[in-house]
Amino acid sequence: MSRDHQPHVGLFVSCLADLFRPSVAFSAIELLESAGCRVEVPAAQTCCGQPGYNSGAVDEARPLARQVIEAFAGFPYVVVPSGSCAGMLKHHYPRLLAEYPEWHARANDLAQRTWEVTSFLVEVMDYSPPVSSLHGRKVTYHDSCAGLRELGIKQQPRKLLSRAGVDVTELQGTEVCCGFGGTFCAKMPELSQKMVDDKLDNAADTGAAMLLGGDLGCLMNIAGRARRRDHDLEVRHVVEVLADQLAEPAIGEGER
Amino acid sequence: MKQTSEHFLENARVALTQTEARQRMTGLGQLMPMMRDAAVAEVDFEALREHVKRIKDHTLDNLDHYLRQFEEQVVLNGGHLHWARDAAELNATVLDICRSVEARRVGKGKSMITEETGLTEHLETAGLQVTETDLGEYIVQIAGEPPSHIVGPAFHKSEQEIRELFLDQHKLGRRRLEDPPAMVAEAREVLRERFLSADVGIIGSNALIAETGQTLLVTNEGNGDLVSTLPKVHIVCASIEKLMPRPEDALAQIRLLARSAIGTAVTAYTSFYSGPRRADDLDGPEQYHVILLDNRRTEILGSNYQDMLACMRCGTCLTHCPVYIGAGGHAYGWVYPGPMGSVLTPLLTGLEQASDLPNACTSCGRCAEVCPASIPLPDLLRDLRAEENHNKITPARWRWGLKLHGWLARFPGLYQALTGAAIAILHRLGRRSGGFSRLPMAGGWTQVRDFPAPQGGSFMRQWKRRQKQSADRG
Repeated sequence: MSRDHQPHVGLFVSCLADLFRPSVAFSAIELLESAGCRVEVPAAQTCCGQPGYNSGAVDEARPLARQVIEAFAGFPYVVVPSGSCAGMLKHHYPRLLAEYPEWHARANDLAQRTWEVTSFLVEVMDYSPPVSSLHGRKVTYHDSCAGLRELGIKQQPRKLLSRAGVDVTELQGTEVCCGFGGTFCAKMPELSQKMVDDKLDNAADTGAAMLLGGDLGCLMNIAGRARRRDHDLEVRHVVEVLADQLAEPAIGEGER
Repeated sequence: MKQTSEHFLENARVALTQTEARQRMTGLGQLMPMMRDAAVAEVDFEALREHVKRIKDHTLDNLDHYLRQFEEQVVLNGGHLHWARDAAELNATVLDICRSVEARRVGKGKSMITEETGLTEHLETAGLQVTETDLGEYIVQIAGEPPSHIVGPAFHKSEQEIRELFLDQHKLGRRRLEDPPAMVAEAREVLRERFLSADVGIIGSNALIAETGQTLLVTNEGNGDLVSTLPKVHIVCASIEKLMPRPEDALAQIRLLARSAIGTAVTAYTSFYSGPRRADDLDGPEQYHVILLDNRRTEILGSNYQDMLACMRCGTCLTHCPVYIGAGGHAYGWVYPGPMGSVLTPLLTGLEQASDLPNACTSCGRCAEVCPASIPLPDLLRDLRAEENHNKITPARWRWGLKLHGWLARFPGLYQALTGAAIAILHRLGRRSGGFSRLPMAGGWTQVRDFPAPQGGSFMRQWKRRQKQSADRG
């Protein structure tokens, strides 16, 4: 494909991938490129503003929304390896900027161009990843709430995994929140613990040794609690599996 | 009732240690959504939900008109209509009516509004005997507890707890009450006598119908009908937002309500109450009163929270909410628990008294997904958090933390330099073990879980380096 015909993608890294799990962003780039996209990572990106927005600090969130809108102006596709950040760009920026007509219009325009990575790979690129080295191993999947309910992310990661030869054994209550909830998990740790314990118990019932998902917040919560409980569970972002970048230790795992 | 919403966290902490009750709630959190999903799948739920939303929005936008029409119709039907600005006015009105007929015994049923106003306590203090006649409400009444769920008030109680309660409270001699049917039969026997001896019957309402002046109530036990036809005085207590224009509108809403609340197409009884006994009626009360409660609802009307007035009290957001399932209904510390309660309690009682409740939410969105009234509950809860932040109810360390984060994130260069440096240190400290069991300023996180160590240098740093290398090579 000539450069001009390649879909031009701006990657919104998300702050959690940037700071805690760069392999998620590298994997996303690798998948997008192998699907035939030209990927750029605009330098002027930090955080989408979710922590402030969800905690009621809307005045702090608004400048960040404008910053993202500016940084990603002109990209026909904006792809995000996180359902909750993609949901923030797609659904909450227009709400956050509703009282600023010019910005509201720009937020709506960005919303039209924004995609969560697995849904972009399936729905826009109809991408088939190569057969994974996990082929034949049992994995389970946690549907993160924002991706599921704000963006309808459900079949897309499963479709990609199945194309890569990885079958998902569903856990009971896969659509129930894991107890992360942004600042919720730190404001109400005991309730959060009950929820993540339920999640871990349900994951254990599947017999899978690996849990995948599409949102680092949830995955760090699940992996962090598993570690605290000495619960043996390898937790990874789904794009790491799809890009077969499994050499890195799993989330919360020490270097081997 | 005495409000303990400001102690939500402590209440929830206690609840979480009650292992058996938590297991029961977890079961409820699986069973109720399954029943709801099956019942909803049988109809074009989405179309019905949109239909009812249009009607309800229209009704709320024209509430003054419909309230006036309803009042006229109630009076035409021979009833009395009373307006109550707040809890005290409602309670005083009921007591006045009771005194005017020298009532001594009151039968109650199916009213959340009178929970809101604390009517039972008010009447008991004045020397009246008050009996809740709905089985679940009766159980929590004799247990001396408030309801834990707006549809299943005694959902939190085990079979054994109820058995012990009956054996202890009903002075009926030695008996075993071996199974739930035996317990129900006993409750029926005890309650029957209360129905027959009640001077005044008080019920709530699921819908007030403007066109006809009727009030609509759904029950599964039929207690609503007994308590409204046997006593000589019948009082309906409802809040003003229950208005619907026509009978068919109210019934459309009931279709949503029954499937959402208990997973059935209809409830066992759907009753329309029209007024006092007419000359040729076989039975019915001599007096019929409707008391309409405001209690801050006119403040919600026209505000950002108006959608909340469409709530039909089905309770489905409760059993779909993982926070409610974990904390249990009593932790919320007032009449309405779960997501709808976390919106309504601050609006009706004040944000400061209930400041934890809007935060008892992970924004998972499951409540809004199933809400038959299409209420955007997570958005409303987020708006309440914004008010808390604006009014400095949010703890200062959170406000300043978020301010600092928000400020730093506005300067990508500075942000990347600082976070990049911090992450590099954290990575070096944590690479071998893979996580931290303690971390400064992350106490809430590390209290119950480890903090996974960063994988390496920040992505933005690594990416810049790679871009530079390939540019140098190129």
